[in-house]
Amino acid sequence: MTTVHARFNLDYPNFALDVDLDLPGRGITALFGPSGSGKTTLLRCIAGLERVAGGLLRVHGEVWQDGTMFRPVHSRRLGYVFQEASLFPYLSVRRNLEYGLRRVPRAERKVQLEQVVEWLGLNKLMDRDDPSGLSGGERQRVAIGRALLTSPSLLLMDEPLSALDLASKQEIFPFLERLHDELDFPVFYVSHMLDEVTRLADHLVLLEQGRVIASGALGETLSRLDLPTARQDDAGVVIEARVAEHDETYQLSRLDFPGGSLWVGKVPRGTGALVRARVLARDVSIAIVPPQGTSISNILSARIAEIRYEGRDRASLRLAVGDRQMLMSRITRRSCDLLGLANDMQVFAQVKSVALIA
Amino acid sequence: MDFSFSAAGLSAADISAIWLTVKLATLATFILLLVGVPVAWWLARTRSRWKGPVGAVVALPIVLPPTVIGFYLLVAMGPDGPLGRITQSLGLGLLSFTFAGLVIASVFYSLPFVVQPLQNAFENVPERALETAATLRASALDRFFSVVLPLSKPGLITASVLGFAHTVGEFGVVLMIGGNIPGQTRVASVQIYDHVEAMEYVQAHWLSGAMLLFAFAVLVVLYTFNPNGKR
Repeated sequence: MTTVHARFNLDYPNFALDVDLDLPGRGITALFGPSGSGKTTLLRCIAGLERVAGGLLRVHGEVWQDGTMFRPVHSRRLGYVFQEASLFPYLSVRRNLEYGLRRVPRAERKVQLEQVVEWLGLNKLMDRDDPSGLSGGERQRVAIGRALLTSPSLLLMDEPLSALDLASKQEIFPFLERLHDELDFPVFYVSHMLDEVTRLADHLVLLEQGRVIASGALGETLSRLDLPTARQDDAGVVIEARVAEHDETYQLSRLDFPGGSLWVGKVPRGTGALVRARVLARDVSIAIVPPQGTSISNILSARIAEIRYEGRDRASLRLAVGDRQMLMSRITRRSCDLLGLANDMQVFAQVKSVALIA
Repeated sequence: MDFSFSAAGLSAADISAIWLTVKLATLATFILLLVGVPVAWWLARTRSRWKGPVGAVVALPIVLPPTVIGFYLLVAMGPDGPLGRITQSLGLGLLSFTFAGLVIASVFYSLPFVVQPLQNAFENVPERALETAATLRASALDRFFSVVLPLSKPGLITASVLGFAHTVGEFGVVLMIGGNIPGQTRVASVQIYDHVEAMEYVQAHWLSGAMLLFAFAVLVVLYTFNPNGKR
């Protein structure tokens, strides 16, 4: 379902943006790329903070700008969370939260103050007069709440975690994950951290030097070997799975996904819960006969869908497990040749480690 | 010379001069803020090539002798001056040697002292704060009142106090434009000049002392309640 269409063409002396994108109207879309790839500029164009002549933007069937009209930022129903929280220093926490809310006509308010306060755990902060006394994580939570309170039809987040220390990041993540589960409007999330993206996103847009090099469902896009994400050290795939059973004796849980199952350390969720796991390419090794006498408990039957050599020493494999799930494996080129691996071969993928991310 | 303190204290004429001064400065400050805020905002934000010339015109009174400004204003307000023609055709008569003329002259004379602190304050309003407000549905005018003004509060206070104080302290322009009409244009600074001319040193002492105290109090207020950088 495509409900956001964006086309922007910017030509600055040192930077060009050339983007024509159809994006889903639900879930979290990550705009991912190295710094200077144009992801923040794209987000600013969508918000109207960057005025691009001839740009085209349609959100849920509403034209926000085209060749003839340009809807100014304040008339676009969007929320924007900046890298730094940008709270108004002269307003109390409550007033900050209410700033946008007051400017939305009553009939258009879908989000209530009490809801957001409860949801982001802001209760204790409400009476603070001076927001400069808040911690980085608290400030960003207030900023997220303030944006949500405008009842946006599109939420834009520009690396909302990058200015925070690890502890504050851990504090915010659960809220972002709930955002993912509970909101019915799309979120565009700019990030240059692959682990953030794999935890949160449903859809992935890869940018490089102002151009879109890939746009697609997260799992599919992450398993593509032709993209720069596959060459990162933490390259890997995402598996959406259900908790199938718990093993109390060994404190393990079995996760089922279409095409197979994985045993992981006990998951603090009931059976039937939907979880997201990440398997890194470097943690998957290949055997051509069923491995025996191995300590690795997760062995999946897979078909080689693609082999790609990286330099002279390494090889990356894309493996199909069942009909839909993909895995990636990174092995040495020598092993690849010794085992005589080729496309469409049936092999066994030995998964050394699985990280539960949501 | 009569150095007796028999006439100690402020005479009725002194009080009237002080009252006139306060009235003039209050009115001028009010108009200065109305005029200065948009001018300063424009100067702070514009990329127009007129920024330099306009800024220079605003700053002229800092450099020019007050008598020069007074002279030109007098000519402009006179029967054949552009301002004079307008006021005459509006049936207001001539503004020279009137309180209204004094107010207009004061606004010109004190404009840089209001515009410059405001411009400084406006230039320091972070672009990010304005962008944030825009994403929170605030229109340009709304942003000005809900973001720019609160963030510029120190600049606004400085501008008002300086505008007021500078108007109280003017002399040359007043003499050129207003002359010396009791209750109309005879402000405190002119009254002191009169006292000295008439060798009434005691009177001059009292009034000068009052002005000195006022100036000191203004500066204390400025430096105490408006420390740099703090909101």
